[in-house]
Amino acid sequence: MSSVLPTNYLTPTGREEAWRFTPLKRIAGLHDPAVSVIDRISIELFGSARAGFDISTVKASDIPAKSSTTDAIVQRLRNEVTEVVHLKIENEAVINEPIMLKRSAGSSGEFSRTVITAGAHSKATVIVENTGDGIIGEEIEIRVEAGANLTFITLQEWGPKAVHMGRHHAIIGRDANFKSITVTIGGSLVRLLPTVEYSDQGSSAELWGVYFATDGQHLEHRVFVDHGIPRAKSRVNYKGVLAGDGARTVWIGDVFIRQNAEGTDTYELNKNLLLSDGARADSVPNLEIETGEIVGAGHASTTGRFDDEQLFYLMSRGIPMNEARRLVIRGFFTEIIDKIGDEVIQERLMSKIDSQLETLGA
Amino acid sequence: MAQLVIKGLQVSVEGESGAIEILRGVDLTINSGEVHAIMGPNGSGKSTLAYSIAGHPKYSVTGGSVTLDGVDVLEMSVDQRAKAGLFLAMQYPVEVPGVSVSNFLRTAATALRGEAPKVRTWVGEVKEAMSKLSIDPTFSERSVNEGFSGGEKKRHEILQMELLKPKIAILDETDSGLDVDALRIVSEGVNRVKSEQNLGIMLITHYTRILRYIKPDFVHVFAGGKIVEEGGPELADRLEEKGYAQYAKA
Repeated sequence: MSSVLPTNYLTPTGREEAWRFTPLKRIAGLHDPAVSVIDRISIELFGSARAGFDISTVKASDIPAKSSTTDAIVQRLRNEVTEVVHLKIENEAVINEPIMLKRSAGSSGEFSRTVITAGAHSKATVIVENTGDGIIGEEIEIRVEAGANLTFITLQEWGPKAVHMGRHHAIIGRDANFKSITVTIGGSLVRLLPTVEYSDQGSSAELWGVYFATDGQHLEHRVFVDHGIPRAKSRVNYKGVLAGDGARTVWIGDVFIRQNAEGTDTYELNKNLLLSDGARADSVPNLEIETGEIVGAGHASTTGRFDDEQLFYLMSRGIPMNEARRLVIRGFFTEIIDKIGDEVIQERLMSKIDSQLETLGA
Repeated sequence: MAQLVIKGLQVSVEGESGAIEILRGVDLTINSGEVHAIMGPNGSGKSTLAYSIAGHPKYSVTGGSVTLDGVDVLEMSVDQRAKAGLFLAMQYPVEVPGVSVSNFLRTAATALRGEAPKVRTWVGEVKEAMSKLSIDPTFSERSVNEGFSGGEKKRHEILQMELLKPKIAILDETDSGLDVDALRIVSEGVNRVKSEQNLGIMLITHYTRILRYIKPDFVHVFAGGKIVEEGGPELADRLEEKGYAQYAKA
C-alpha cells in the first residue's frame, strides 16, 4: 500500500456522504485550510520507560504513512505535521502491563500524528487516554506485524468542550491479531474513524466500542474494515446509550470484501439504547461483497428504548427504579467495557456514566 | 403471620380497540403457611392475577383491592411490593444481559434488607441455597437468565425466593416446561422455604402434576377471569379426571 499525500484535497462542505452527519460548524476549522492549526506533540508516555518498547519523536518525512485515506482532515494533517510520535514494540516482546499514553491538547486547534508498530510476534496492550478540552485532529496508524497480538484501547474521556477528529487505522500482518476498544463518553464533538486493512493472510481484527452521549453531544464512529486479502477475519461490535436532549450518535459500519478476499469471515453489530425523546442515533451498517467464496458475512443493527420487562423483573425483586435502570445500562456496556481488562479503568468509566445519568435524572 | 387479601379485583389491559377486561372480581385470602392452588384453562386470567398483584405496568386495576397485612398493595410501586414481602416467580423469567446473577442477588438482598448483606455470610448463604437447588456454582458469574434452560430459569426463581425471604409468594406456572427431575428439585425448594419461613403460597398451574409434590391446602378453579369453584385438595383430583370443560360455559 503506497501513501497518498495529495496537496489539493477538497474542503468538506457537509454534503459529502462522509460528512453529512457531522456538524462542520463545530469542528473549529480543522477541515478548512484557511484556518491555521497548531502542529505540536500532544501525546506522551505515562509512567517510566520499560523493557520491550521504545517511544520516540521522529521527523514526519522519515516515517510516511503506509495507508491511504480519503479523509480531508487526515490528508491535511499529514501535510502539516512535522514530527511524529513513534511507539515501537520490539519483535517478540511480551509486555503484560499496558503501555499508557496520555494526551494533553490545548484549547486552540492542533494536529497530531502517531505511529504504533507492534513488532513481529510481540504481545502488548496500548491505552491512549484523552482528557481535557482539546481541539484536535489526529491520526494513529497502527502497524501490526506478523504474528503480533496488539490490544489498542482509546478512552475519549474528554471535557465538555473538546473537539476530536481522529483516524485510528490498523494494518494487520500475517497471522496477527488486532483488537481495539474505543470508549467515547466525553467531548462536545467526537468523530472517529476506527479502520482496518490486512496486509497478509490469517490475520484477524476485533473492533469493540461503546459510546454514551448526553445533552448536545455529537459522537460519531465510522468503522471501516477493508478485506483485501484472503482468509482474514473481522468482528465489529459497538454499543451506544443516548440520554438527554440533543444527544446525537452516528455509527457507520462499512465492510468491504474485495474480489480476492476469499475465505473472509466477518460480522458486525451495532446496538443503541435511547433513554430520552430528544436523542437521535443513526446506525448504518454497509456490507459490500465482491466474492461469494467466503466463510461468512453478516451484520445487525438495533436501536431501541429501555426494556420495560427487564425493569419490571429487577424491581419485582425490590430493586428501586433508578438502580434497576443503572444495572441495565451497566449490563448493556459490560460486555465491551470488561474487555479492557483493567478493573480500575473499567470502574472509572462506569462511574462516570452513572454520575452523568444521575445528573440527567435518567 | 402475614395475610394477603384480594377483594373484588377487576383488571383490564389496553387492547387495539380499547380496554379489555380480564379479571372480573377476584376474591381470595392467603395466610402464612397456606398453599392455595389456582387452577384453570389457558387464557382464564391466572397470570394476569399474578402480574397485577406484582404491579406490572401493562395491567390496570379498575376495581377492588389488594392488601397485605391491611396495607394497600395497589398504591405501592413494584419494588415497594417486594419490600412489603411479596414475591412473584415468573413463568417466563426475563433475561438481563451483562448483569451477573451474583450482582443481581446481592443488589436485591441489599434493597430488601435495607443494608448490604455481610460479604462472608452472604457468599455462604448463596452457595448453600444454590447447592440445595442443584444449581452449578458457575451460575453466579452468568448473566441473569441469559442462555438458561427452562429448568435453570425456574430453579433460579426459587433460589431468589429462598434468599429474599418473602412473606407471600406467587408461583406462576413454575411447573411448566420442567421434566420430572427438575420438577422434584423445584418442588422440594418450595416446600423447604415454606416450612422454614412459614411462607404463604399462591400456586398457579394448569396441571395437577405439581400438586403431587406441593400439597395444596385449598384449590381454586379459575375461569373467565374469576374463581368459579373452591375446595380442598380433593377438587384437584376431580379436575384431573374431568378437566376444565365443565367450566367452559361459566
